Amino acid sequence: MASDSDLSCTGLVRRFSGHAAVDHVSLNVPAGTFFSILGPSGCGKTTLLRMLAGFDKPDQGDIYIRGQRMNDVPPNRRPVNMVFQHLALFPTMSVGDNIGYGLKRQKVPLAERRKRIAEVLEQVGLPGLEGRNPQQLSGGQRQRVALARCLVLKPTLLLLDEPLGALDLKLREQMKVELKHLQKAFGTTFVYITHDQSEAMVMSDQVAVMKDGRFDQVAPPEALYREPATPFVAGFVGDNNRISGDLVAVQGELAEIRLDDGSLVRGRIASDDLETGGRVDLFIRPESLVLAGDALNSGYSGMDACIRSTLFDGANSRVEAEGAGNNTLYARLPQDGSAPRFNENATVRLAWDPALARVFGARI
Amino acid sequence: MRNLMQQPFRTAVLVLVWGWLLFLVLAPNLLVVGASVMTRSPGTFISLPLTLDAYRQLFDPLYLEVFLHSLYMAAVTTTVCLLIGYPFAWSLSKVGKQRQVLLIFLLIVPFWTNSLVRTYALKLILATNGLLNSALMSLGWIDEPVQMLYTEGAVVIGLVYLLLPFMILPLYSVFEDLREDLLRASHDLGAGRFSTFIHVIVPMTLPGVLAGIMLVLLPAMGLFFVPDILGGSRNLLVGNVIKNQFLDARNWPFGAAASIMLTLAMAFLMFAHRLSKRRIGEDGV
Ligand SMILES: Nc1ncnc2c1ncn2[C@@H]1O[C@H](COP(=O)(O)OP(=O)(O)O)[C@@H](O)[C@H]1O
Ligand SMILES: [Mg+2]
Repeated sequence: MASDSDLSCTGLVRRFSGHAAVDHVSLNVPAGTFFSILGPSGCGKTTLLRMLAGFDKPDQGDIYIRGQRMNDVPPNRRPVNMVFQHLALFPTMSVGDNIGYGLKRQKVPLAERRKRIAEVLEQVGLPGLEGRNPQQLSGGQRQRVALARCLVLKPTLLLLDEPLGALDLKLREQMKVELKHLQKAFGTTFVYITHDQSEAMVMSDQVAVMKDGRFDQVAPPEALYREPATPFVAGFVGDNNRISGDLVAVQGELAEIRLDDGSLVRGRIASDDLETGGRVDLFIRPESLVLAGDALNSGYSGMDACIRSTLFDGANSRVEAEGAGNNTLYARLPQDGSAPRFNENATVRLAWDPALARVFGARI
Repeated sequence: MRNLMQQPFRTAVLVLVWGWLLFLVLAPNLLVVGASVMTRSPGTFISLPLTLDAYRQLFDPLYLEVFLHSLYMAAVTTTVCLLIGYPFAWSLSKVGKQRQVLLIFLLIVPFWTNSLVRTYALKLILATNGLLNSALMSLGWIDEPVQMLYTEGAVVIGLVYLLLPFMILPLYSVFEDLREDLLRASHDLGAGRFSTFIHVIVPMTLPGVLAGIMLVLLPAMGLFFVPDILGGSRNLLVGNVIKNQFLDARNWPFGAAASIMLTLAMAFLMFAHRLSKRRIGEDGV
């Protein structure tokens, strides 16, 4: 057990009527980390978080917080606090009483309580709002009150269950940045669960990608994006193109793949279970695709594709093209004036550096 | 177009509602207020001059005693209803949705039978040679029939039996609104079960408790047929006094004054209920 780790779990399992909602999850979160668990709805995130908070018990495995085994410690005795999906502010209490609730349970005297409530409100950017009712606040303000209610207790670990889900897009963008700043300012270890990959990417130091109750990959956001370890991560984190074909040859790091129309493409091998002749998927990001005329970088791989449409979306503009072997591809259109205009049904060559493409065995 | 279609309907509804309130609620109540400040008259029931004699009579020790005893029985009834209804409503809100519908249905079924009939049924159970005594004797728990009918207890049992659903339903609705997450949040912030109950559950369900009290306490003082059937001559309710003044003693002003007292008590409870819904911070910070 690493002594500087705030949270560490080994082989956690939680079954509901035979089906494992959390299936042998192990994790290790160093102190002061913003740790996100990212996964589609129903993959077991909330179940995992509930076990960390103590609302539920694992069927197997252990939970350690700062080296202390927590399995049998009830929620009110764990050095852990949780921001709930719907915040769960007490509607019968003022903002100040909501924040003071935990302090009062710890029998902190009134004067001290008031001081700490005022301090934490200041820190989350809501000075002087003690007397308000939570119902009078905006969504973003309520969010901050829910955070302050936990942070005022100085927990070892703060758990957050998709707290930004209820906010509108603009506010969510703003809160993402703010949450990250708050986490750095307080230095508290955050365990944040979300199904929104952009939230996880922007805020986190480490992201665990969860699928069907298991962790597929745990890595910093950039590594997750550049070096996805499984086809699921490659497809789930960020936009990606998937090109299917048969593996015909392996040359060192690179795989040569025959598409269904017979043309050949290349990409870097990302898993060690590939067999020549087997079905594989090649993943290449839209921004790694180069729209090339004839001038083609010698080392590049590529295919001919037919333009279907241009999707203008500011900095995120793309063309949709139909490539060899019925593969639909998206390529980013640079908005610096360098991209040519395309006519529908024009044929272009889409090229890429094989080192940026990742090849996995296809899972059928 | 839509407005044109809606306007006549809206007007009709408004006229109906206001008409209802004016002729069936406001007018009768004004008549009662009027009657309460007039003089008793053998021939025409009420006559001039205006006087507050009826209200003075309310404080006659004889009647004051009836009122207090009535209030006491109503309070016991309400307390028993609350003690049974609170946990009942709580667990009702926790069972599965389908079973919830069934249980609420069962709670409402007795309303389909006239309450007078149900009170007589209760009499059959509580009577000296009734079902309960027979059952207890055949079980060997008692040797002689116990006097249950015509006691204060019988009246309270009758009132609780008739009024319990009125306590359970508003409580059920506040427990339904009590999200599980709030209890978890309380637990998570360091509160134990008892603390959570006192600081979260009680304040959240208080409006339901007060609504239940309102729906039980006042009616409990008015249900005159329960003491008539189960209570004998000593366990009277305010309702019995009012009924007697109008139908037997023919003292309309006094009966009217007594019923106005009940209305005022109700208004006071409603005011308290409103206050409780206003959410006030406990530290005042
Ligand atoms: N209390 C429960 N009883 C039965 N099944 C549950 C329970 N809680 C969660 N599940 C199941 O476990 C799986 C994971 O749920 P959850 O952890 O809520 O997913 P997420 O938070 O990632 O959306 C789901 O299939 C869900 O139906
Ligand atoms: Mg969830």
